[in-house]
Amino acid sequence: MTNHWIDIQHSDCILVMGSNAAENHPISFKWVTKAMENGATLISVDPRFTRTSAKAHIYTALRSGTDIAFLGGMMNYIIKNKKYFEPYMANYTNASFIVGPKYSFADGLFSGYDAKKHKYDKSFWAFAKDEKGVPKRDLTMKDPRCVFQLMKKFYSRYTPEKVSAVTGTPVADLMKVYEAYAATGARDKTGTIMYAMGWTQHTVGVQNIRMMAMIQLVLGNMGRPGGGVNALRGESNVQGSTDHCLLFHIWPGYLGTPRASLPTLAAYNKKNTPKSNDPLSANWWQNKPKYMASFLKSMFGDKGDKANDFGYTWMPKIDDGVTYTWLDIFDEMYKGTIKGFFAWGQNPACSGANSNKTRQAMAKLDWLVNVNIFDNETAEFWKGPGMNPKAIKTEVFFLPCAVSVEKEGSITNSGRWMQWRYKAANPPMGTKPDGEIMVELFDKIRALYAKGGKFPEPIRNLRWDYAAGGKFDAHAVAKLINGYFEKDAEVKGKKYKKGDLVPSFAFLSADGATSSGNWLYCQSYNQSGNNAARRDLKDPTGMGLYPAWSWCWPVNRRILYNRASVDLMGKPWSPNKNILEWKDGKWVGDVPDGGWPPMDVNPAKTKRPFIMKPDGVGSVFGPGRADGPFPEHYEPLECPVDKNLFSSQRMNPVAPVYSTKADPHFTCDPRFPFVGTTYRVTEHWQTGVLTRWQPWLLECEPQLFVEMSLELAKLRGIKNGELCVVSSARGQVEAKAIVTGRFRPMEVQGAVVHEVGLPWCYGWVHPKDGGDSANLLTPSTGDPNTRIPETKAFMVNVVRKGGA
Amino acid sequence: MEITRREFLKWSGAAGVAGAAMCLGLDLRPVTAYAAQLGILTAKVTTTICPYCAVGCGLIVHTNQKTGKIINTEGDPDHPINQGALCAKGAGLYQMAVNPNRMTKVLYRAPNSDRWQAKSWEWALSEIAKRVQKTRDASFTAKNAKGQVVNRTTAIAHVGSAALDNEECWVLQAIMRALGLVYIEHQARI
Repeated sequence: MTNHWIDIQHSDCILVMGSNAAENHPISFKWVTKAMENGATLISVDPRFTRTSAKAHIYTALRSGTDIAFLGGMMNYIIKNKKYFEPYMANYTNASFIVGPKYSFADGLFSGYDAKKHKYDKSFWAFAKDEKGVPKRDLTMKDPRCVFQLMKKFYSRYTPEKVSAVTGTPVADLMKVYEAYAATGARDKTGTIMYAMGWTQHTVGVQNIRMMAMIQLVLGNMGRPGGGVNALRGESNVQGSTDHCLLFHIWPGYLGTPRASLPTLAAYNKKNTPKSNDPLSANWWQNKPKYMASFLKSMFGDKGDKANDFGYTWMPKIDDGVTYTWLDIFDEMYKGTIKGFFAWGQNPACSGANSNKTRQAMAKLDWLVNVNIFDNETAEFWKGPGMNPKAIKTEVFFLPCAVSVEKEGSITNSGRWMQWRYKAANPPMGTKPDGEIMVELFDKIRALYAKGGKFPEPIRNLRWDYAAGGKFDAHAVAKLINGYFEKDAEVKGKKYKKGDLVPSFAFLSADGATSSGNWLYCQSYNQSGNNAARRDLKDPTGMGLYPAWSWCWPVNRRILYNRASVDLMGKPWSPNKNILEWKDGKWVGDVPDGGWPPMDVNPAKTKRPFIMKPDGVGSVFGPGRADGPFPEHYEPLECPVDKNLFSSQRMNPVAPVYSTKADPHFTCDPRFPFVGTTYRVTEHWQTGVLTRWQPWLLECEPQLFVEMSLELAKLRGIKNGELCVVSSARGQVEAKAIVTGRFRPMEVQGAVVHEVGLPWCYGWVHPKDGGDSANLLTPSTGDPNTRIPETKAFMVNVVRKGGA
Repeated sequence: MEITRREFLKWSGAAGVAGAAMCLGLDLRPVTAYAAQLGILTAKVTTTICPYCAVGCGLIVHTNQKTGKIINTEGDPDHPINQGALCAKGAGLYQMAVNPNRMTKVLYRAPNSDRWQAKSWEWALSEIAKRVQKTRDASFTAKNAKGQVVNRTTAIAHVGSAALDNEECWVLQAIMRALGLVYIEHQARI
């Protein structure tokens, strides 16, 4: 989230699309409700009428996988009716930038497309630059090659009639939503978006979100109270685990994992540190070399120095142009190249797309380690449905771990608040906290490599002072994540001794004088103590920022890009939405996104507000994405139409498609005539591994169901409560029919399209009559930027069990 | 007077309409007596954050000082986000910790076996460490096909976890990267 949960109360219009906050983030609705009491409009757009829809002023449905068409139509409406917030768009976004001559777009393809490699050459989309290397601009936004004019032309194709024919949303409903949301382009209004996996789990997932980010930028909603782009993250610490980068492509603090073509730290820094010749751009990532060196110092401590690139060579490198994502892991495992596997605090047998492929892949491993609180389908995969244990060689180790209240440490919520948790009780006999398991296991591995083994340097030299005596010390790790001075130093006129905690990331250096496990968390645990544990409820702005409650990254800034919440003189665009103001020569309110003076107060010293972007502005035009600088509608891998009404490219031309025997997919196939989607229920969490074992919760939601319209049930001769078989090209599940008016048939390209939905929180291990994972149905394909699987739109069949 | 928990819940439900109950001459003394036995007043109080979604609601946890057992969890009224409120999952946090279904034994399944065997931590962690070394060293790639230095193994993969604390996540990525893994992924990818 660029903003935070409490901030939702300041919104004038809340769009909930790609999520179902009332059921999956129920307490967020405390603040949605507060906003509504203040007069806000709530809009729910969802293929299914949910409990969020039940609270909404405006509800309408769309076919799963057509969000870009829906929102592209909104952009067209905003531009045609001049609903955009012009001074914001001109000054704080790249709408005024001139795009270079090589950019073009025709029939669903951008320029630079390599049809053989299914890849774009993104250099075709570069901005035109002046002699100083600064992007050219036209602040009047009239130049036909400026982003605004190109965008206007691009989305003029998204007429309400065409959008309606694609999405299945009636034109009148589209207009209601567009009008209500576009009204937040007024200077004193803000609107917010609450989205979740309903937007990410598509072959166009990233562009779904970019489309909305663009709308937020042209309406002037970014950086402002009641605005922003707000991902409702679904796991208590998925923000923190992402920040600390349990991901192949990034190191802690979003530092790109080194590629094989970059043999030295200097080569890495040269290639990955963005440059800007624009004096108005802060280009914050120019500090990357400081964060890299500090991260490596936290990995290898005194063993890493300038002479050995701080241990850069010891770290594993990934090949150029190759991805190592979740989908790739199970593809390689299925092909037999992966031998050992850790599934730590996760249940992949149910959680990812195409569960049959995942489960068969695990049968090809030599060994598997599963750490969990409860028994689950990953630990027991070898005796699951269709498995013959005698034919499966995989050794499986199950390690039982502690629950959150049996250990100490911090987690980071969706609003980036890092909050400390305390230990309330000892873990039960026989179980261990995860941190202790890690330390004890690695102590044993270190002991083996002390005696020999291949390339032992990174293992022997890994800094291990936070784990002395085989014990995991959350405070010691939290301090290392914050960072230390590694030698005596004088910074900004103040002296620091080796071993002092670094006050904040402005003090980090590229020469090895500091360590920081994650620069974004530098300031979280410093001279003032454990800031994540703070519980002071003072609220100086009166806007619910609670700056002394816990701590939030970066540097306790509660709303990102907050200098875009003020005009060029530093006054809030809207006086009743004041979180930051330039007063008497300084910023008052939230921690500003950089302390530079406002743009018209001191043009010589100012910097633009979007400091993480190389040009200092919000990217309406996004030349960095794999699938184009403007989001374009493409159909999902599996869909009910053989034609994309917007172009002759049916699906995203650069989306990954896997091709093992376990990856069949069919589109417009009469055997799988209905759109399928997945979702969650309040009482279960993710695959249900934690909640299915809790009788209170299981009693509320005891088994898998398939939800369908009255019309589809009639068509298929299915009665409410009857057991059905839902099948796709890849698998099938048995599910109880829930027949309601919550799904309704849609008219798409003149034909009737039915959609059904299933929750994905069940598994065969427990309860015995609860059904299995809905991910048995979903395909292994995903977004070309992230490879997040397309589990929200696929094709299925539904029949009554025992019926035709 | 002894009173079971189920009866207490029934009675306290009635107390919710206390006015009406009093009119009927209902005697609330047993409820008061049971409440005194709950021990929350003398319990150790800690705060925590809900382990489910990422709203980050605060809870308070009561632990019996004598037994060391958790006896109650409830919404933290001081927490600025949830102000004491919780959803069904958060409200049931107690049952995640205090639950006879929890796994409390290290288990091992041998190749081609159809059953689990209970094992000690010492044995399991030693055996896992050996497997890690064997697989890593057999597959370790110092240079890729182009001759570039990569120092990695692609024969071991790791997934998880957004359910861990920040400090655990950091140490876990450090360990896996020190081992040379590049297949490191978790919930954020799916």
